[in-house]
Amino acid sequence: MSNQNPTSSAAPADRAARDMDPAIADVVAPERDIAVEVGENIMEIKNLSVKFGGLVALDDVSFTIKRGEILGLIGPNGAGKTTCFNVMTGVYKPTSGQVLLEGQSIGGKLRHQITRLGLARTFQNIRLFGEMTALENVVVGLDARHKTSVVGALLRLPRHRREERTAIERGMALLEFVGIADDAAMLSRHLSYGHQRRLEIARALATDPKVLCLDEPAAGFNPAEKEDLMALIRAIRSDGYTVLLIEHDMKLVMGVTDRIVVLEFGKKLADGLPVEIRNDPRVVAAYLGEPEDDVA
Amino acid sequence: MSTVDGPTLMPDSESAKDAIDRDTRRGTRKRWAQPLRNKWNDLPRVQQWGFLLVVVAVAYLLPVINPLLITTEPGTDWPIACFQMSVFALGALGLNVVVGYAGLLDLGYVAFFAVGAYTAAMLTSPDSPFVHIPYLWTVPVAMAVTMFFGVILGVPTLRLRGDYLAIVTLGFGEIVRILATIIPAMKGQVGFQNVGRPPGSGADGVPIFSNSNGTPWYWLTLTVTIIVLLLAGNLERSRVGRAWVAIREDEDAAEIMGVPVFKYKVWAFAIGASVGGLSGALFAGANGFVNNQKFDVVTSILFLAAVILGGAGNKVGVLLGAALVVYIPLRFTAIAPYKYLIFGLALVVLMIFRPQGLFAARQRLLAYARAAYTRVARRDAAESPSQPSKREAK
Repeated sequence: MSNQNPTSSAAPADRAARDMDPAIADVVAPERDIAVEVGENIMEIKNLSVKFGGLVALDDVSFTIKRGEILGLIGPNGAGKTTCFNVMTGVYKPTSGQVLLEGQSIGGKLRHQITRLGLARTFQNIRLFGEMTALENVVVGLDARHKTSVVGALLRLPRHRREERTAIERGMALLEFVGIADDAAMLSRHLSYGHQRRLEIARALATDPKVLCLDEPAAGFNPAEKEDLMALIRAIRSDGYTVLLIEHDMKLVMGVTDRIVVLEFGKKLADGLPVEIRNDPRVVAAYLGEPEDDVA
Repeated sequence: MSTVDGPTLMPDSESAKDAIDRDTRRGTRKRWAQPLRNKWNDLPRVQQWGFLLVVVAVAYLLPVINPLLITTEPGTDWPIACFQMSVFALGALGLNVVVGYAGLLDLGYVAFFAVGAYTAAMLTSPDSPFVHIPYLWTVPVAMAVTMFFGVILGVPTLRLRGDYLAIVTLGFGEIVRILATIIPAMKGQVGFQNVGRPPGSGADGVPIFSNSNGTPWYWLTLTVTIIVLLLAGNLERSRVGRAWVAIREDEDAAEIMGVPVFKYKVWAFAIGASVGGLSGALFAGANGFVNNQKFDVVTSILFLAAVILGGAGNKVGVLLGAALVVYIPLRFTAIAPYKYLIFGLALVVLMIFRPQGLFAARQRLLAYARAAYTRVARRDAAESPSQPSKREAK
């Protein structure tokens, strides 16, 4: 695993990158019909409001995520990014409004059911299963699509054996994809910080999501690591996944996303292409500081 | 990927702590335990099985050999002591599923043991007004009944976490004991005499399974324990075991990764309970007598102590821990009156110096990972021959 730089070019508008063969998606979910065309809405967030007591964390926020795109969700600290994320993944219940995944409301669904609908996430503060190896962590994610019953596992029925075998292959392929296959046998809490972040992404991908939500995946990375991460995120998108990215680092967001939604004080401030966002005076005032800053 | 090995920023204290933890790991800690486990894992399957065969043979011969110095006689008949160890170990194995794998603190585990014992007694003892069935049939019935009780207890309580669950299970344990006292059909302290036993008698007409001869009961319990051990191993190396450990490690993260947390918690309770019931039924048969005196909180705590002492989550460690907990007061009768004091102190010392238990071993949660791990290790070794290989977790 010296280098797994994907073939997608740096320009986010370059749709040709999507035509590469969807290697990892093929391994993880060979049964799935993989659509890499950017097109119809895969996820809709409609008039979402969340109140914690008197505090309004989200106020009537609406946006959509299109199939096959990388959408950035940005905003200053406390703008409601993570709250929005938590509502979308079922951790919080919204006060009002709804979240639709492929037209289906996730309201009232349990968290593990939402994952099976096709929404996976990573955590801002890494939350791996520390006493499991890297490979086992990924296989927990793969289990979301497994159908073995408790009795089947108890008696090692054929389906169990088949699923276990393919799980090892797929798990190793995923670790290879994120570049930490050499650490497969290591306990996840012994992995280095950067590898733990990558393992979180691999574990989320293992649940075979339609939309992958990354919550500040570059936190604590140095510039070179961020560069690698951008390449990885592009590679994930090239494989037919839709990515929602929460990120602080402007360079990363501008470099990798197709579209950006800006939140401020729980409200949606703007929504558009990175170029538009960068030049939007409201966004600049709220968040980016001076226009000629290190953004470019 | 060359850059990830470069300097990493440490944005918060948590990752800094992780780094320190990592360094100490690679340094001194647990070094003495590492070579043995690696050596065991590196052995070919055939040799592992061969070694296990010897261990099992010794275990079966244990009551017959009656080894000097180890024996509990003259205080307690050695075969009966062997049986007591094995039946307690079987129960602890069930509790290990709940506490060791799923990380659910159950302080009322003796309730399931009691339900199993009472089920066997009430279906076989002539003192009981109920239907009578052959003893061996009561064993699966006892498992089914305790499993049912496990689900009954689990469904309303398993939404609770940590301390709250511990308190509720503690209450449940007491409720079962008190019910046995106040319900007339359960005969309180008078109890049930002449609990059934498996059929069969020797050439001289003496029944093989008698209350005074522990050896056949020990062999029966040991056989059952081995079967349970194998089945528990199957569960461990499946999505079920992974779900349990994931719940233990981080319940919220597990749920978000698609683990139906509640369902698997109830399964852990039900499976743990049924093994407890199984051991209770064997206990009732071998003792031939069941009343409400044996099923108090202290026994629950002893089960828990056995699991913690042996190493929560490690099946074999738990077996040995349970055997020790029963063995020590039987062997050293002089200190038997102080056993709770000694176990208490031992647990405190253990928590300070070795919180993972005497025989700490991590669970192996994949059925077919051996080949993949070996491949990785080999590649590691090929890439960096000077570096120690990263196989600590295997």
